[in-house]
Amino acid sequence: MVAFIVRRLIGLVAVLFAISVLVFLIFFATPGVDPSARLAGRNPQPETIAAVKHEFGLDRPLPIRYLLMMQRLFISRDLVSYGNQALKVVPAITEAAPVTFSLVIGAAVLWIVVSILMGLAAVTFKGTVIDPLLMIIALIGISMPVFWVGEMANLITQDRLHDTFLFSWVPPLGYTPFTQDPWQWFLHLIIPWITLSILYIGFYARVLRANMLDIQNEDFVRTARAKGLSPRGVLVRHVLRNSLITFVSLFGLDFAVLVSGGALLTEVVFALPGVGLLTFNALTNLDLPVIMATVIYGAFFITILSALVDILYAQLDPRIRPT
Amino acid sequence: MARVLYGGRASLTIGVISAVLCTLIALALALLAGFFRGFSDTLISRTMDLIWAFPVYLLAISLATVLLTTPNGLKLGPITISPSSLWLPTLIIAVIYVPYVFRPLRGQVLSVREKEYVEAAVSQGASNLRLMFSDILPNVISTAIVLLPLMIATTILTEAALSFLSIGVQPPKASWGTVIGDGQDLLYTRPLVAIVPGIFIVLTVLALNVLGDGVRDALDPRAKVRVRD
Repeated sequence: MVAFIVRRLIGLVAVLFAISVLVFLIFFATPGVDPSARLAGRNPQPETIAAVKHEFGLDRPLPIRYLLMMQRLFISRDLVSYGNQALKVVPAITEAAPVTFSLVIGAAVLWIVVSILMGLAAVTFKGTVIDPLLMIIALIGISMPVFWVGEMANLITQDRLHDTFLFSWVPPLGYTPFTQDPWQWFLHLIIPWITLSILYIGFYARVLRANMLDIQNEDFVRTARAKGLSPRGVLVRHVLRNSLITFVSLFGLDFAVLVSGGALLTEVVFALPGVGLLTFNALTNLDLPVIMATVIYGAFFITILSALVDILYAQLDPRIRPT
Repeated sequence: MARVLYGGRASLTIGVISAVLCTLIALALALLAGFFRGFSDTLISRTMDLIWAFPVYLLAISLATVLLTTPNGLKLGPITISPSSLWLPTLIIAVIYVPYVFRPLRGQVLSVREKEYVEAAVSQGASNLRLMFSDILPNVISTAIVLLPLMIATTILTEAALSFLSIGVQPPKASWGTVIGDGQDLLYTRPLVAIVPGIFIVLTVLALNVLGDGVRDALDPRAKVRVRD
């Protein structure tokens, strides 16, 4: 196990290095235009271009440029946005992160609970109309673009039905920090949580159902039945528990993807000032330093989290632990 | 309404072409990696893992912003792709999904390569090319076909998302995603602008997902067993 962890960590360092090189190449070595003009934002002044040239060492060879960029991103953390002079990129990201975490964690709780319930219901009622009905609902959930669902939710709760008793509690778009007013924080996030989780509820319910149907044919399930366990006991204690192995590994990855930028669309639609909205605002002025930083922090976060999930997974399931 | 119909053309073209392109690239790479194994396999698989490590949207965003800020367009040999061309989002979307198609295909090639009929062909003195194209390819192509409708569904959703973020299809061209994006500002006054293209996307993607499930049940024997029990 220790050898496995050590090997996984060495692999992790190699991947982090490769990611940083790839991002560097995308932003600095794509042919067609001088990278300083690209980094300086829309319609830059000549002075800005000269400053960018100097700060990123663009007159020096590639490996040195790479080191300079890494130093500015991770050690001195003083990367500045040129489209938006006052903005220091790295502190802006750390400030926005709690918003994204609030959004994703709430949605994750919602989608875990609902998708497990849906999966269990589909398996229990297999052979009746309830199972295909639930799966069709799940499929529709997968097929809806999240930003469109968000717009529709806004249309209903903010405008058309806002004055009825149903949705009069919905606060205007935006965000209130948890430390300032937990109740307002909760109210502001309910609709975004539901919107974000719909896709994952559909996907996880389908995966869970297929998995549980597979596992129902395994020998140990037959043994459990033969022992005289109640059908519900078999379903929850044996079938569900084994299906959760796949569920956990999928969940780790999806959670990481959402935190590191995948929740972008939801944040944009609901005007939540998280990392995604920061990236979006940078997109609209083509503010490349910000995008570069969010991409690299996002990819790093995912890689580190997925290494942790792998280690946890090996701890949970000895069968896949390589020796 | 006219914009929705017109935009549908862009959405569907980009979705289909990028999914086909992505599957073809993945198929070629999987054949190379699975057939020759050894060094080429390591090289291709590691590169795929690296792309896999990026969240798809972040990778698409960085590629799109970099290429959109390139005024003269991307030069690929003799071909130049201008930033306003529909080819730009198509290529970006095709590239970012290659690893997702590559992984299952490579596994398939590796297992087909060990089959007796491949061994028989080797003993008859078949060349590498012949082995790849007439013995292995026909046996993995069904997996690629199974994945294709699901890939088109995914690429249509991705195109819509990128265009919604203003880094996909560039004005004056339109797609369903850009129309939804325009509709966001008119949401409370003219909600239909946002509602209609969304319904088109949902219906298209839903149909493709149902088709994909059907094709999988028809072509993949393992899945068929699962449906029956």
